[in-house]
Amino acid sequence: MAHKSDLIAEDIGGYLKSQEHKSLLRFITCGSVDDGKSTLIGRLLYESKLIFEDQLAALEADSKKVGTQGQGIDFALLVDGLAAEREQGITIDVAYRFFSTDVRKFIVADTPGHEQYTRNMATGASTADLAIVMIDARKGVLTQTRRHSFIVSLLGIKHVVLCINKMDLVDFSKEVFETIEEDYRAFAEPLGITDIVAIPVSALEGDNVTEPSARMEWFHGSTLMSHLETVKVDDEVQAKPFRMPVQWVNRPNLDFRGFSGFISSGVIRPGDRVKALPSAKESAVARIVTYDGDLMEAVAGQSVTITLEDEIDISRGDVICTADHPAEVADQFEAKIIWMSDDEMLPGRPYLMKMGARSASVQLGSPKYKVNVNTMEQLAAKTLELNEIGVCNIALDRDVAFEPYQQDEAMGGFILIDRMTNNTVGMGMIDFALRRASNIHWQAIAVDKHARAELKQQKGCVLWFTGLSGSGKSTIANLVEKRLHAMGRHTYTLDGDNVRHGLNKDLGFTDADRVENIRRVSEVSRLMVDAGLITMVSFISPFRSERRMARSLLDEKEFMEIYVDTPLEVAETRDPKGLYKKARRGEIKNFTGLDSPYEPPENAEIRIDTVDMTAERAADSIIAYLSSHGYLAGD
Amino acid sequence: MQDLTHLQRLEAESIQIIREVAAECDNPVMLYSIGKDSAVMLHLAMKAFYPSKPPFPLLHVDTTWKFREMITFRDNIAKDLGLDLIVHINEEGVSQGVGPFSHGSALHTDIMKTQALKQALDKYGFDAAFGGARRDEEKSRAKERVFSFRSAQHRWDPKSQRPELWNVYNAKKAKGESIRVFPLSNWTELDIWQYIYLQKIPIVPLYYAGVRPVVERDGTLIMVDDDRIPLHEGEKPMMKSVRFRTLGCYPLTGAIESEASTLLEIIQEMLLTTTSERQGRVIDHDATASMEKKKQEGYF
Repeated sequence: MAHKSDLIAEDIGGYLKSQEHKSLLRFITCGSVDDGKSTLIGRLLYESKLIFEDQLAALEADSKKVGTQGQGIDFALLVDGLAAEREQGITIDVAYRFFSTDVRKFIVADTPGHEQYTRNMATGASTADLAIVMIDARKGVLTQTRRHSFIVSLLGIKHVVLCINKMDLVDFSKEVFETIEEDYRAFAEPLGITDIVAIPVSALEGDNVTEPSARMEWFHGSTLMSHLETVKVDDEVQAKPFRMPVQWVNRPNLDFRGFSGFISSGVIRPGDRVKALPSAKESAVARIVTYDGDLMEAVAGQSVTITLEDEIDISRGDVICTADHPAEVADQFEAKIIWMSDDEMLPGRPYLMKMGARSASVQLGSPKYKVNVNTMEQLAAKTLELNEIGVCNIALDRDVAFEPYQQDEAMGGFILIDRMTNNTVGMGMIDFALRRASNIHWQAIAVDKHARAELKQQKGCVLWFTGLSGSGKSTIANLVEKRLHAMGRHTYTLDGDNVRHGLNKDLGFTDADRVENIRRVSEVSRLMVDAGLITMVSFISPFRSERRMARSLLDEKEFMEIYVDTPLEVAETRDPKGLYKKARRGEIKNFTGLDSPYEPPENAEIRIDTVDMTAERAADSIIAYLSSHGYLAGD
Repeated sequence: MQDLTHLQRLEAESIQIIREVAAECDNPVMLYSIGKDSAVMLHLAMKAFYPSKPPFPLLHVDTTWKFREMITFRDNIAKDLGLDLIVHINEEGVSQGVGPFSHGSALHTDIMKTQALKQALDKYGFDAAFGGARRDEEKSRAKERVFSFRSAQHRWDPKSQRPELWNVYNAKKAKGESIRVFPLSNWTELDIWQYIYLQKIPIVPLYYAGVRPVVERDGTLIMVDDDRIPLHEGEKPMMKSVRFRTLGCYPLTGAIESEASTLLEIIQEMLLTTTSERQGRVIDHDATASMEKKKQEGYF
C-alpha cells in the first residue's frame, strides 16, 4: 500500500493529519450481468493502491487459473467472494468493498445484476448516497438498466453516475455515448433522479476511471474517481429539521436521565426547544453528553445522549424533534413495499414493523397495484411475491412519528418481519399518512380470530373446568391463568360466582336456569376465543348436554374439558364456602351432588384427580398439555 | 453545520449498532480478544453508554496459549474500566492436553477456540455476541451482514442471510438461535490504527517493537513466550527486535522484525509495508475460502 510513500516516510504525523479530514461516500454499483461492474470496482481498488503485494500475487495466480482475461489481470476476481459464486462466475449477494483516497473513504455495495435478486439490490441501495449505473456501450439502455434505476429512485438516491463502459469496443465513439446518455435521461429524469452525470469509460483498460482518457479527448467531464471524490451528498441532511429516534434511555443513577440515539437529520444545541413524539410533550435540551465531554452542537450522523430541562416521559422508539418543525404522527399510511421473502405477502396478517428504533404490529392491505419494474406499468394484484414491488395501505397498532420517505429516509423507511419465522420479509417506504376519513376499508382484510390469536402468539381456546362445588376448579383455574399471564399470554377467567353477580344475576338454580346460565357463559367464552384469548371457564356445569353445547359452539381443538375429579365426601369435607353444610341443613335447594345430579364427563381432555394431586401440579400438567398441543406459539 | 470526518461517521454508526443490540437482545456479550480491533470495539462500547457502563460483560475465550502480556493486559483493562470479564477455557481440551504443537494449528483452533466459544455461549445463554471482525479482512467477510445469524448449532448459512436495510436491524430470533454482531464491519485496518492514534486507546505492548526471544519455524518468527515450545536440539532462541501485527496464540502468530516502537511508527510501517495483515496468521494459510468454511462450522 505504497501511496504517498514519500510523505509517509518523511512525516508520518503530517500525513495522518492530512488524512483526518476525509469524508465518507457510500455508493452502489448496479448493472446487468457481464457489463463489467466487478472489473470496475477491482480497478478502483487497484488504482487507489489498496492492493497488497500478497493479494496482487494471489490475483495474478488466480487470473491465470480462473480468470477471463487470458494472461492479463482479471480485476473482477478481486471482488468475487463466496466459493459458490466464484464457481458460477457471478455475484450472488451484496458485498461491501472499501477504498480510500486522500480526500474520501468509499464504501461500495456491489450488487447483483441478474433478475431474481431485486432484494439484494434494494439492500445495497438502502445505505447508498450515490449509484453507479453501468451500461455496456454496445448494448445501450436495457430492461435491467430501467429496473435498477427504478429501484434507485424508489430508495431515494438522488445522485446517479451513468457509467457507459466498454467504450474500447465501440471505437470510443462520441455518438454512441451521447445517444445512450439521451436515452437514459429521457427515462430516468421522470423518476425523480435529479443529478445524473454520464462518463464514458473502459473499466478493463482504465480509460476515465482515475486518469482522463487520451482516446476520448472529446469528453471534457471529470473522471469517475474525481467525480466520486467531489460530489456533495451530505449537506442536505443537516439542513433538515432535527430528528433523533431514541434508542436507549440512559439511567446510570437517579440523578441522570439521558436519551441516547443517532441523529438522523438536522442540528441540535443546548437550549433548543424539542418535542418528543408521539407524546408531543415539549422541553428544552439541557446537555449533549458524550464520552469526550459535552458538546455545544451535534449534527446528523452523530450518536449522542441528550438530557432535557424537564422530566418528560420518553422511551425507546420515541423520536425527539425540533419543537418548531416536529414530524407527523399517524397510525395508517400508504407505503411502497418491496417483498423479499419466498412466502408471499399475506394481506391482513399481522407482521412486525421496525422503523428507526420503533417496533409496531402492522397489517398490510391488499396491494392497490404492483409495478412491473421493466415497463413501470401498474398492475392489479392480490398479493406480492418475492422481488415484487407494490403500493399498499398499512395499519399499525399504535401511533408513530414519521415523514414521507422521499423527504426523510430515516423517518419513513421500515422493515417487515414475519412473526413466526423472524425473517425480514419486506421493506417499506411511507408515501403519506391516511386521513381518518380515508381509513383502510377493513372488510377487505380478514381480521378474524386467527389473526387476533396470531398477534398474541397463541391459539384462542376454552379450558372448561367442570366438577363439584369445592372440587378446586377455581383454585386450579386461577393458578393456570397466573402461569399463562407470567408467560406473556393473553387470558381471561369466567368464574361461576362472578358471572352470577353480573351477566347472570337474573338466574336462579332451577334446571332451566342452570341451562341458561351455561348457554350464556358458552356464548361469552366463544366471543373470547374469537378475540384470541385463552379462556378459563370455571363452572360446576353439571349436565353433559350443556357442556356438549358449549363444545359445539367452538371449532375442534378450541374446547378442552377439564374434569376436576373430587369425590363428594372429599368436597364436602373441604366445603370452603360452607355451602354443603347449608345444603344439608336444607337452606339451599337443588345443590349439585346432593339433591341435583352431577353427570361426570365421559371424554374429558384432561382429568385432574385432586385427591392425589396438588393444585400446583394440576396447573403444571395443564400448561404442559397446552404447550405440547401447540396452543402456545414460540414456547 | 459541520462536516463529519469518516472516522466520526464510522464511530457514530458503530455506537448505533452496539446500542441497538443492548436494547433488543436479552443477554448480549462482547467477545474480547485483546487485540487492537477488540480495543476499538470496547472503546466504542464505553462511548455508547456513557455515563453508564456497557450493560453486558466481556467474554474472552482463552486457548491457554495466548501471549502472557495479553492476559496481563486483559485483566488490567477489565479492572480499570470496571467491567465484568468472563474467561472461558475448554477444560476438556486442557485435560486432553490439546495444544498447537501436539495437535497442529487446525485441531487446536477448532477445539480450544471454535468449540470453546460455542461452549461459553451455550453455558451462559448469550443470545448476541459482539465480534470485532471487519469486512475488509477477507473476501468471505465482505458479504456478511452486521447482524449475522447462527442456528442453535452455531452454524452460519451464507445462502440464507436476512436482507439488511438502512440501519434498521432485525434482532428477532427463535429460542436457541443467536446473533453475531460486527460493529466494526465498515472499518478498515487503517481506520482502526488511525482511531487508536486519535483516541489514545491503549493496546497490548506486543504491537510495539521490543527485543524478544524468537525462533524461526517454517520461515515464520515465533516468540518463545514460555517453555512449552519444543526447541530443537542445540537451538537457542535469538534475541531480535520484533513486533506483532496481529495477536493470537503465540505459537500461531508470526512476529515481524521491526524497530517501530511508537504508534506513529507502527502506522508508518503498516502504510509502507507490502503484505496484508492476515499473512501473520497461520490459520489463514489453508486453501482459498477456508475462512468461509470455518465460519459455516461456527468459527467466529
